[in-house]
Amino acid sequence: MAEDVKSRIDEKVKNNKIMVYMKGTPDFPQCGFSAHTVEILKSYGFPFASEDVLADPAVREGIKRYSNWPTIPQVYIDGKFVGGCDIVHELHERGDLEPMLKSAFGK
Amino acid sequence: MISPEEIKETLSKAIPVTVVETQDLTGGGDHWQLIIVSPAFEGKALIEQHRLVNEALKEPLGDQRIHALSLKTFSPAQWDKIGS
Repeated sequence: MAEDVKSRIDEKVKNNKIMVYMKGTPDFPQCGFSAHTVEILKSYGFPFASEDVLADPAVREGIKRYSNWPTIPQVYIDGKFVGGCDIVHELHERGDLEPMLKSAFGK
Repeated sequence: MISPEEIKETLSKAIPVTVVETQDLTGGGDHWQLIIVSPAFEGKALIEQHRLVNEALKEPLGDQRIHALSLKTFSPAQWDKIGS
């Protein structure tokens, strides 16, 4: 992966408590999995940053290499890769997501 | 296309499993939902649990015998907590 793409991803992942790489934007998601993921995140009310991978092919490929995970969306909390739609859904269902988000925001 | 028996066998060769429940989501034998309980998942984040399963099923995933996989993974402790 090109160094500049990696460092751009790295910077966003580290500088945002919650960072989402998705297809489309939180208000206009372009894929059902991205839509469901941001819907869950929005329900907690914590601010999150996002990037539309459809707008940048280098990021779309780069993010998969960065996490060594083949699919998008990808959610990062507190600098760590948490998972995609399935895992975020599952963490939400199990009640494990809220403590992770709270701890990221020091609550 | 893959059978539930093949899924279970392939999985248990790679990781110790105490529960494997398979559900063929489309009837076509290539879209599966799996519920897996394994002591290998203990203390691991869900993403790491899923990575273990994807790695164990690398061959059928790679040659498209499994086209789509939906996973629900639990350590024995997590499984007990939800009361199976």
